Amino acid sequence: MSGYVLEMEGISKAFPGVQALDNVELKVRPGTVHALMGENGAGKSTLMKILIGLYQEDEGTIKLDGQLVKIPNTSAGLALGVSMIHQELSPVPERNVAENIYLGREITGKFGLVSQRTMRQAAQELFDRWGIQINPRSKMKELSIAQTQMVEIAKAISYDSRIIIMDEPTSAITEVEVEHLFRIIRALRTEGTSIIYITHKMDEVFQIADDVTVYRDGKWVATKPASELDHDKLITLMVGRELTNLFPKLEAEIGEVVLEVKGLNRGDVVKDVSFNVRRGEILGFAGLMGAGRTEVLETVFGVEKADSGEIIVEGKPVRVASPDDAIAAGMGLLTEDRKLTGIMPILSVRDNMVMAAAPKYSPSGFLDFAQINKDCAEQVKALSIKTPSLKQAIGNLSGGNQQKVLISRWLLTSPEILMIDEPTRGIDVGAKSEIHKLMSQLAQQGKAIIMVSSEMPEVLGMSDRIVVMHEGKVSGIVDRADATQEVIMQLATGMETGEAK
Amino acid sequence: MTTPNIATATKAASAFDWRAFVKNYFIIGILLLFVVFLSIATRFKFLQVTNLLNIVTQVSGFGLIALGMVFVLIIKGIDLSVGATVALAAVISVSLGQTATAGNKFFPDFTPPIVVPILAAIVVGLICGAINGTIVTVFRIAPFIATLGAMTYLRGGALIYSDGKPISGMDPALAFIGGGKLFGVLPIPVIILTVAAVGMHILLTKTRFGLHVFAIGGNDQAARVSGINIRKVTFWVFVLIGALAGLAGLILAGRIESGNPQLGYQMEMDVITAAVIGGTSFNGGVGTIWGAVIGSLFIGVLNNGMDLLNISPFMQLVVKGVIIIIAIIIDERKNRA
Repeated sequence: MSGYVLEMEGISKAFPGVQALDNVELKVRPGTVHALMGENGAGKSTLMKILIGLYQEDEGTIKLDGQLVKIPNTSAGLALGVSMIHQELSPVPERNVAENIYLGREITGKFGLVSQRTMRQAAQELFDRWGIQINPRSKMKELSIAQTQMVEIAKAISYDSRIIIMDEPTSAITEVEVEHLFRIIRALRTEGTSIIYITHKMDEVFQIADDVTVYRDGKWVATKPASELDHDKLITLMVGRELTNLFPKLEAEIGEVVLEVKGLNRGDVVKDVSFNVRRGEILGFAGLMGAGRTEVLETVFGVEKADSGEIIVEGKPVRVASPDDAIAAGMGLLTEDRKLTGIMPILSVRDNMVMAAAPKYSPSGFLDFAQINKDCAEQVKALSIKTPSLKQAIGNLSGGNQQKVLISRWLLTSPEILMIDEPTRGIDVGAKSEIHKLMSQLAQQGKAIIMVSSEMPEVLGMSDRIVVMHEGKVSGIVDRADATQEVIMQLATGMETGEAK
Repeated sequence: MTTPNIATATKAASAFDWRAFVKNYFIIGILLLFVVFLSIATRFKFLQVTNLLNIVTQVSGFGLIALGMVFVLIIKGIDLSVGATVALAAVISVSLGQTATAGNKFFPDFTPPIVVPILAAIVVGLICGAINGTIVTVFRIAPFIATLGAMTYLRGGALIYSDGKPISGMDPALAFIGGGKLFGVLPIPVIILTVAAVGMHILLTKTRFGLHVFAIGGNDQAARVSGINIRKVTFWVFVLIGALAGLAGLILAGRIESGNPQLGYQMEMDVITAAVIGGTSFNGGVGTIWGAVIGSLFIGVLNNGMDLLNISPFMQLVVKGVIIIIAIIIDERKNRA
């Protein structure tokens, strides 16, 4: 025996355009809680999806209790004693709790019919044993998110797994429930079950984890006992890359404030957010997944309604109830998800490009195609968009070129304030640096740019100032000169060390 | 840059794309084949000018509505209530357009000028469309359900209004819109259909409204972020098809010279079939006006040809049903490729 319940070694996995995992390892001791740490995109989730059989590794070996195993699909994973509580919960809302727990392995009675009673009893026993107070007869849709989370946890336990993976299990539950969860985890650990615990919350790591493995940019960095680490050491491991791949912003004259946001609130996701951005400035927004950065942009742009707060453009308060108000006020928003909220894939490059500026080209209602064709052709040239013609369906272009068309969509509206959410997500290196150069040039022309980015080098390289968010709040605003990976990460993980605004 | 994507893009635009050509003009080819076949099978009776004009007149009612259905389908909607709108518009219009001496006068002492019943037909359609549009955009009910309900209550409204009986005594001047011929040759409905088709084509392809319609069908989320008011556009699309259905109601009433509350029964099927045969996609974002006109003619030729060949009406239903399915299979394949 090697002394490990799980050994993953030399695991590599590539997706088109990215090496998600590069020769990564994970070794988990039996009866321990093993935390996985790393920035967004470090490869934690991909590695776990390989472990449960959702993805197949390109290279590498997986051993359970020293035995070499293959996990070709998720049922194989469950059969080998590996279960996972997903970050995005996936219950069947119209069915009851017991049915959800035994989904796909229903307990049958006479004549092969599903026995509701037996399933309910089994669920009740499970809940009693772990002190969960939920009625197995309730429909899933009647439960709160926290209760749903508890059901998912009970479900994972009910497989009698050797290894339970928990992906951000505390993101939606209150402190009392976190305590309850930790009690369950400790009890499971005593029984010899190993827990792989993925989290962004440092405090939890030190409360519950025995061992910590840190990943960065798809590579294994270190595995250490939690007792040998503290906050600072952990952050250094997480961000300790050499910054060779910076994208320096070109010099631009910084002018007066163009947009000022004061006390913006929206539900639980945006809490009392205030910031401003000046002409010629690139204002970066950093933070971990779910910190509320995208939500801030959406609220400022009127995609979602603010509960309260002031938006002031060039000194005048504006009312933004919908995106067309925001466009009229001189704003543009390039959204994070190009497919979902960006391109209209079957429409032509030209139609996609002219969409937001259409009113400008049709004062009478009729579109001025001569002018549209001329301006669109200019954009194609200026941004070197690679497309056979303006009539080409945008869905046929590469990601980088689609992104450029979407930038053009906003440039045609001549915005004063351009908000760009993840400007270079999922596009190749060449197009990436072109887009960075373009953003610099726009700043030089006196536009104010707000950029949300989850890539540390991009944030540090491009931003004049960086707004760091944590759990819906601004945890700090850092000047370019003071910005380091460590400072950003400390603010992003909600530590008190940063100079609060 | 990622070369594979550029390669595919260039290939799609290369000199002549046979596959795209076949996809786009397939339907015209089938229509022409049909025409040739029918011409020979009927010893050229089919090709007589009177017969051809007859076909176009027959399709002008639902063809007019199919123009509107193109807009509705492009925004991923559907309107099942157009046939009932036809009936309601017809009975109300004819009730206002009886001759002064008609026997069973609906409004005994009231014979308004002819412009009133004409406007009434269109306004009734507009209102029906506005109700559908409101239910879809304000109450956020799926168009299928909203217009399924409307199909039933509007038909009921037409039956109540007319007491279940056709309203006769229609002013010949009013009936001329549906049954008359310009210079004794060119049927008025054909002229209306032609003018409406040109107008709708311009609306769909040359105006901001048309661009917004395509944007909503192409990706409604992206359309919203681009500042497009989806609810407003959706509302007007339903108003548009309602108005066209109202006008069609007047034409159909004129052809039979009475306002029959049974008019337009199951007409939504012909309307949707015409649009879909003409290449308008059920998945939204794709559609042309000329396609809907061709699709309407296709149905007209099919009906006429099967009549001329003495195929039983029961069999005709089977043929039409099969053709709907084939058209949709072609549409699905086109969108997948």
